[in-house]
Amino acid sequence: MADEDEEIVLSELDDADLVQQMHDDLYDGLKEEIEEAVNILLARDWTPYDILTKALVEGMRIVGIDFRDGILFVPEVLLSANAMKAGMFILRPLLVETGAPKVGKMVIGTVKGDIHDIGKNLVGMMMEGAGFEVIDLGINNPVENYLDALEEHKPEILGMSALLTTTMPYMKVVVDTMKEKGIRDDYIVLVGGAPLNEEFSMAVGADAYCRDAAVTVETAKDLIARRHNQLASNG
Amino acid sequence: MPDTTPARRSLTSALPDLGELAQDRTLIIACGALAREIGTVIGRNGLSHLALRCLPATLHNTPDKIPEAVRAAIHASREKYGRIIVGYADCGTGGLLDKVCAEEGVERIPGPHCYAFYTGNAAFEAAGDDDMTSFYLTDFLVRQFDTLVIRTLGLDRHPELRDMYFGNYEKVIYLAQTENAELTVAAEQAAEKLGLAFERRFVGLGDLARFINDVN
Repeated sequence: MADEDEEIVLSELDDADLVQQMHDDLYDGLKEEIEEAVNILLARDWTPYDILTKALVEGMRIVGIDFRDGILFVPEVLLSANAMKAGMFILRPLLVETGAPKVGKMVIGTVKGDIHDIGKNLVGMMMEGAGFEVIDLGINNPVENYLDALEEHKPEILGMSALLTTTMPYMKVVVDTMKEKGIRDDYIVLVGGAPLNEEFSMAVGADAYCRDAAVTVETAKDLIARRHNQLASNG
Repeated sequence: MPDTTPARRSLTSALPDLGELAQDRTLIIACGALAREIGTVIGRNGLSHLALRCLPATLHNTPDKIPEAVRAAIHASREKYGRIIVGYADCGTGGLLDKVCAEEGVERIPGPHCYAFYTGNAAFEAAGDDDMTSFYLTDFLVRQFDTLVIRTLGLDRHPELRDMYFGNYEKVIYLAQTENAELTVAAEQAAEKLGLAFERRFVGLGDLARFINDVN
């Protein structure tokens, strides 16, 4: 009879089982196991990009679905995110070396007066996992920070985050300033944060409200594809 | 068949018509976190024309559910009470509670959250970003700290998450509603658990008391 408590030895699993186990370990927020599994797959000549997308991003996608469905809660998602972050820490330099495909670039930051960054960090991580280059401006950003970053990094996407009812109106300050400078339509503006909603997003002049990290990734890909199509048809 | 015996009839006629009485009263549909405080204002000032119904304070963990919960409570009480007001600030609903209030024709306590109306909305706004890195506690939150903060955030099971939640904060500001030494000690201990500095400000009931007192 098999011992139910028998420890799983990751290195003894075949690739398919190991990836499945990584999904489970991400779900359970097991950081060290994820680090170990990433290193095993690298040793088996998996490309960093495949490890990122097939093991880590797919695992976090499942976490995201269960969070949205109310099966997982914020603490569990944070543990999963920590585990993914540890895996990405190993992969990031290798992804640069191996020239993994880049989908686009995003500048993201929490607005002025707001120090909350859990959601923003999750979005940044999932966007990075989806192949975006992410420039994270951190917290408490006045409009100048956003404008300077747009000028410097020339991203396709600007993402703004706020957790407070009192700080979220600042997003309009940023969008209005972009309009004044005639650069609003050069960027896709995505907004997110617990008190936000679709209506607010439209009112401040953003392109979309993203209720969670997974939605942000899908929305970003979709809007970038639309923009490319538009440019192609205009050309 | 109705009971028309004399004794029963006199008993019935001696009773006030509660339905009509309620029509003269105003119902406050409030956040459970304000129950004690609103009850205090009503009791202290003899505001017998006010009735109070509280929704669970845990709704604050899912603020997107507050507007419809308030709407449901309004619908459930509308026929009974002459007037209804809402004992919530915006409370992280991003304007959606205001939309419900407008649609239902009811008024709510002005302000973005209880920290602001306890402090006084004008004073809170004037402080600007000065307290941006502060985590606020009220009497209610001090009493419920372990349940609503520690357990809800999973810090009892995963204390290692503390800095992910509170790493950008510098201090706890305890906005005290009452002079209560035990609560002050508990608030200080809460700050310690979060690894933050501690400050106590006595603010009382601020704009909440004025709002309740002014309800006709």
